[in-house]
Amino acid sequence: MSEEFVQLSLTPLLIGVLAAIACALPGNFLILRRQALIGDAISHVVLPGIVVAFLVTGAVSTWPMMLGAAGAAVVAVVLIEAIKRLGRIEPGAAMGVTFTALFAGGVLLLEQSDTSSVQLDVEHALYGNLESLIWLAADGWPSLLDPVALAGLPPELPRMAAVAGLIAVLTVLFWRPLKLSTFDEGFAAAIGLPTATISFGLVIVAAVAAVAAFDAVGSIIVIAMFICPPAAARLMTNRLEVQVLWSVAFAALSAVLGYVLAGYGPLWLGADHAVSAAGMIATVSGAILALACLAAPQRSR
Amino acid sequence: MVQPILDALLLQAGYNAALVAVGATLLGVSAGAAGTFLYLRKRTLVSDAVAHATLPGVGLAFMAMVALGGDGRSLPGLLAGSALSAGLGLLAVDWIARRTRLAEDAAIGAVLSVFFGFGIVLLTVIQSLATGRQAGLEGFLLGSTAGMLYQDALTIAVGGAAALAAIVVLRRPMTLVCFDPDYAAATGIDSRRIDLAMMALALAITVIGLKLVGLILIVAMLIIPPVTARLWSERTDTVVWTAGALGGVSGYVGAALSAALPGLPTGPIIVLVSFALFLASLACAPRRGVLAAALAYHRFQRRVHRRQGLLALAHGEPILDPLTLRVLMRAGLMRPDRVATEAGRAQAAKALRDERRWQVARQIHSDDALAGRYDGLTPIETVLTPDEVADIDARIGGPNPAAGGA
Repeated sequence: MSEEFVQLSLTPLLIGVLAAIACALPGNFLILRRQALIGDAISHVVLPGIVVAFLVTGAVSTWPMMLGAAGAAVVAVVLIEAIKRLGRIEPGAAMGVTFTALFAGGVLLLEQSDTSSVQLDVEHALYGNLESLIWLAADGWPSLLDPVALAGLPPELPRMAAVAGLIAVLTVLFWRPLKLSTFDEGFAAAIGLPTATISFGLVIVAAVAAVAAFDAVGSIIVIAMFICPPAAARLMTNRLEVQVLWSVAFAALSAVLGYVLAGYGPLWLGADHAVSAAGMIATVSGAILALACLAAPQRSR
Repeated sequence: MVQPILDALLLQAGYNAALVAVGATLLGVSAGAAGTFLYLRKRTLVSDAVAHATLPGVGLAFMAMVALGGDGRSLPGLLAGSALSAGLGLLAVDWIARRTRLAEDAAIGAVLSVFFGFGIVLLTVIQSLATGRQAGLEGFLLGSTAGMLYQDALTIAVGGAAALAAIVVLRRPMTLVCFDPDYAAATGIDSRRIDLAMMALALAITVIGLKLVGLILIVAMLIIPPVTARLWSERTDTVVWTAGALGGVSGYVGAALSAALPGLPTGPIIVLVSFALFLASLACAPRRGVLAAALAYHRFQRRVHRRQGLLALAHGEPILDPLTLRVLMRAGLMRPDRVATEAGRAQAAKALRDERRWQVARQIHSDDALAGRYDGLTPIETVLTPDEVADIDARIGGPNPAAGGA
């Protein structure tokens, strides 16, 4: 049991937790700025970015995929802004036009290109494949100290850890500018903070989190992590520092509970097969948000 | 290559393709028209939450039908399940936005992703069932016309037509609520119920379009045509029916191209045709298009340079700006050697006097209504009556420009 856990469950669990935390951190600021759906738009355009990267490089490898997806996210943000300004179109509609068109383009490219030789399909991009990120080289808990076994870790784990760590560091470093420009943009601009640059930087960080997380939890489920833990945390407290901590806790809890329920829940109910871990993580985060809406101390407006 | 496309566009590519094309057209018209009201109400992305929230309903409906011994892939059953699920999602968005301190966009994003996640859980449950008839459910994610039956196409066509009829009946109250909910309430229209009717229409169209376009992209049919139509007109009725026409054309051309060209999925093609129409409109629309805006900007720029040039002439100051010089020369107000023509001197004197008139006018009428009208370009006689202008001239004194140069 212990050996099996380390081999089959430890790394997916860690990757899920790290992905959830990486998305929850920028999500706090996005929902306070009423830009929650930027995460939605970014998640949708990850697919065309990946497809374009594949077509350009001919391989499904890490860095081209990441760069392709990040590039698509930047293109989407710039396109949303351009449509908003050029056509004087409201932000929500500009967002909807952009991400649906880019997503449709991605699906079309996918269908038209020869991707049958690689594991690149719409369902994978949407669902993620958390369950497959196992650590076959492990022999149990002692493997945590074994360099040979550590070399066999799924690459998603160190990558997700690096991204989560980077985002945490950036959040701490830019805490005051982020807080000021989120709560009082006029004042922040008046004292000389580059508010437009801060906003763009926040979106880029959100894009990085979405791109890094997509392999683990799928691009659509990323939206749940951008919104549900921060939203639930928002209902728990009026202090931003405490809200961020609550959101990290909720994100980690969603990931752990979701993974466990997806893997073992059906067994407890007498079924033979596990269900989607990514889907269950999103569902659990929704349940946490529902509880917060009903019972959290600061839930009313 | 061209022949299959022509055949499809002329509904000659086969009975099934023709049915799909007609269904897609009706759906597109309804989606475009209904989407306009969401756009005017600034609730466009609520339809995204509704669309994603259909997935659990599809899964549950399949499981229920299989449990009852029926065919799990019956389209009416699946659509009924998705409608219930989407309705719940809509209620959840509304409840969260009204009852908690969270903004509507957070509510939309939360409902969208959680319902979708739960739907994926159900899909994986279904895949593990022993029924063996679950293939094709994933077609609801992206839409699929392959294997679409006559009854399916008929369902879509009838549903689209019914939604269109509802829009015709409700368009006036919906327009009123979009622009002035308080006035609507004062005349006895329940704004909240009309809002719900708008959302119900969007929900119905979303559900009807699931099979054709897929739940991820159906929102595009509700968003892109209205945004495009808005670039062409300021009148609500015109925008509604233009959006309907654009939606219908996108649906028709998209379905036809999909039938004609192998391997092209219907949903993405429809969305991309719609987006192409949007880009063309963004560039070329007569008032709100980018080209029109650029032309208007250049006209404004020339007006400013002409005005400033005339004032400089009147003050006897040298003009060095190349654009100003070019504008004055082209208008016949200045000769190539930079000396003012007779007409130029007359216009310059007029401009200078107009400036003086504006100064006096702002002293006389110190209220904001007049002060706000001065933009440095507007001739004063377009704002004040002739006797008011004469009164101001009397205060200024000096030669009247009609008397000729002195």
